[in-house]
Amino acid sequence: MMKITKKVLVGRRNKADIEISLNPLKKEGIELHLESSVERLFGSHIRNYIKEYLSGLGITFCRVKAVDDGALDFVIKSRIESALYKSNSALLEKFSFGKKEKRERTVDFRRTRLYLPGNNPYLMEGGGLFGADVIILDLEDAVSQNEKVDARFLVRNALSNLDLGDSEVIVRINPFSNGGEDDVKTVLPGLPDAIMLPKTNSAEDVLRLDRLLEETENENNITIGATKLFPLIESAEGVVNANEIAKASKRNVMLTFGAEDFTADIGVRKSKEGKELFFAKAQIVLAAKAAEIQASDTVYSDFEDVEGLIKDTEVSKSIGFDGRGVIHPLQIEHIHNVYRPTKEEIEYAEKVVSALEEAEKRGSGVASLGRKMIDAPVAKRARKILNLVHQYGSK
Amino acid sequence: MEFVENVLGRLIPVEIEGRKLRPFQGAFADDGGGRKRVTPPIPVSKPGQDKLCSLREAIEKSGLKDGMTISFHHHLRDGDYVVNMVVDEISRIGIKDITLAPSALFPCHKPLIEHIKNGVITKIEGSMNGPVGEHVSYGGLPKVAVLRTHGGRARAIEDGDLHIDVAFLAASSADDYGNANGVDGASAFGPMAYGYADAMFADSVVIITDNLVPYPCAPYSIPATHVDYVVVVDRIGDPERIVSGTTRITRSPTRLLIAKYAAQFIKESGYMKEGFSFQTGAGGISLAVTKMLGEIMEEEGIRASFINGGLSTFAVNLFKKGLVAALYDGQVFDRGVIESFRNDIKHVETPMTMYANYHSKGCLVNRLDVGFLGATEVDVDFNVNCNTHSDGLLLHGIGGHTDVAAGCGLTLVTIPSYRKRIPVVRERVTTVTTPGETIDAIVTERGIAINPQRKDLIERMKDSNLPIVTIKELKEKVEKITGKPEQPRLKDRIIALIEYRDGTIIDVVKEVEK
Repeated sequence: MMKITKKVLVGRRNKADIEISLNPLKKEGIELHLESSVERLFGSHIRNYIKEYLSGLGITFCRVKAVDDGALDFVIKSRIESALYKSNSALLEKFSFGKKEKRERTVDFRRTRLYLPGNNPYLMEGGGLFGADVIILDLEDAVSQNEKVDARFLVRNALSNLDLGDSEVIVRINPFSNGGEDDVKTVLPGLPDAIMLPKTNSAEDVLRLDRLLEETENENNITIGATKLFPLIESAEGVVNANEIAKASKRNVMLTFGAEDFTADIGVRKSKEGKELFFAKAQIVLAAKAAEIQASDTVYSDFEDVEGLIKDTEVSKSIGFDGRGVIHPLQIEHIHNVYRPTKEEIEYAEKVVSALEEAEKRGSGVASLGRKMIDAPVAKRARKILNLVHQYGSK
Repeated sequence: MEFVENVLGRLIPVEIEGRKLRPFQGAFADDGGGRKRVTPPIPVSKPGQDKLCSLREAIEKSGLKDGMTISFHHHLRDGDYVVNMVVDEISRIGIKDITLAPSALFPCHKPLIEHIKNGVITKIEGSMNGPVGEHVSYGGLPKVAVLRTHGGRARAIEDGDLHIDVAFLAASSADDYGNANGVDGASAFGPMAYGYADAMFADSVVIITDNLVPYPCAPYSIPATHVDYVVVVDRIGDPERIVSGTTRITRSPTRLLIAKYAAQFIKESGYMKEGFSFQTGAGGISLAVTKMLGEIMEEEGIRASFINGGLSTFAVNLFKKGLVAALYDGQVFDRGVIESFRNDIKHVETPMTMYANYHSKGCLVNRLDVGFLGATEVDVDFNVNCNTHSDGLLLHGIGGHTDVAAGCGLTLVTIPSYRKRIPVVRERVTTVTTPGETIDAIVTERGIAINPQRKDLIERMKDSNLPIVTIKELKEKVEKITGKPEQPRLKDRIIALIEYRDGTIIDVVKEVEK
């Protein structure tokens, strides 16, 4: 049994969201007042849901006020949990968790990583519809300071309840100095595919997260090492240390670049052509490739400028990036188009691979196309192109 | 009350308020019944007529009495002052028990609720939207309302099913003899297509304008031959709310995705070919589809013969680029369209009879290849609801939905799969507005369901990369996200009839519990 002793308020009066306040009640039990825009169709369901969840945890002496605008059950659950956590953080381990099957998935391509604000259920619900290779549930820059706890619980439940399609789903946590550790502890049971670490400045930052992940995986019976890591480099120091950052952990799969913070850090203004970013980008690509992981470019901020996006992405691809950040879902198609191999590239790759196969049949270690020997990088690139075609077809 | 089941299994009363009802039998089952049209009385035109008078004089001279019917067009949309102005004056004169027959109502008509409460208005025929619809849903209107499509309204007027005693028609420009248009003056709104049948068939016609011009008012949409009185007022509406300055396309990623799927579907369906035609509307998704279709047309070098609408600048831009040969215009949504309508001879007005009257010798919806329409709900039989929400509240008019669906070669319903956790695909729609037999596919962000009756379309789209699903799969997919809603609590009392375009009754709307 647990009494509510102070007033807490969570959630927002927004579409697809619910605002919930818990207040002390003089008598035993739960008193619930609900206002909902879907009252006639879901009113009694929402009432039962809130009451059952609270009484299941032994909450009593509690008056609940809820203002709903079409929140789904997992959103309601997130808001209740956030409110209870704010009342008493020890309740965390009592919160129920829908069992989720770990999706076994090999991700070869990370052409697009779409950011979804971690405290916005409306945008989250549709996030899986646009075919992003990677979806980032963002607890950091997209969430205001006073909503950090709310977002953490929303992301935790979104991970296990929301269908985000075939995308790799990762969580961008806050820096350790701003709740990053609690973020990891709260969201990891939802089995994110990876954690993105913002403001990565050194190998030590990566190692600290690596240790925390191992500890948390252990506590939650998750295979050690299952959670991958995306270091996000967005400072001068991070760029200088890119080599050691990329090699710091076996969990690392992609080195990502954030230009907004970076330009601020080196004291320049971000320009449309991005000349000021060129060295940093090249450095990050090289560091990633040296560590045999992928590299992802920063976002293209002007989402209405499709031509600019395409040009910029072509440059990005040409210097070795494997993908880039996305701030609006409609950028995804254009970026994928840039990364789509051309007809010539596909035909050449097919020739290379069939030459390799023939050489293998002959038992020869050396394959050649015409008079040119096929070396390892050429073979690798050809296989990658055919994989891309195989996996995404004409998309 | 005695009921009979119509062909969709909806229970329709045999008779209501003395009117014998014909149950809906199928989209094209009606053959006109060999009836004759009812015509208005013969007028005479002598030199020296003085038609100018005050609103009060016009009402009095028209002979308006208790129990009569008055009508309005809705070209002034949510900026309209005329409906409230006229009903206020009727109320001051002390006339009661009026049937209101507007082509549509908007939130700006909320003050009518007071006139319903005080007995000035006792019945509504035509369309009901927003606050008035909500009031009627809770049983606020004494008599049973009749909802009609745009084509159905013209049909009812011409057939004599809806007899209009006095039509009050707003004009942004008119002369003292009654020639009137909607393209000049500060309150310009475009064509007067919704008011045309009213002008032709009402016993008495009053033009209300805020811009009296010297005779002749040219061009005219309504000719003086059909006008009894001309009333000059300060303002007929709020120009800011009559049409928008610009029409912006939706920025919602989900809606844009639906539009993209729809445009792609149209492209792959085979309907998009040289000389094809399509219908556009004002909704965010519809505007986006129009823009995207234009992009595909430009890329592929395909030109359309005409667009019919509900027109926005997006449609006009395609016309100006030479991608569309003609514009058929029932109403305009933004200022750029009025310019084009006034200046271009290939941009023509389409009165509702020409647009969609089933009891005519040829209406243009039958020549439409593609239409993309909205809905509040659809069901597993592809029936569409555009009138009520899932909670039973009557909040929307039909517009041309049913007409376009009946005429079009390819009719798509483009809608988000759920709104505020309320799923859009239902086992049975709360109210049938448009029968499933006239709907070809439902396009949502979570899948596209093709009507199984369209075997040709299913075959054609079988290799498409688009997310094609069955309607049941779509329903289950969405319910998995939203949960199943409860049934709305409805009373037995019928508050409105949904009339199909041929005059039969496709469904009834029940009173909602408060």
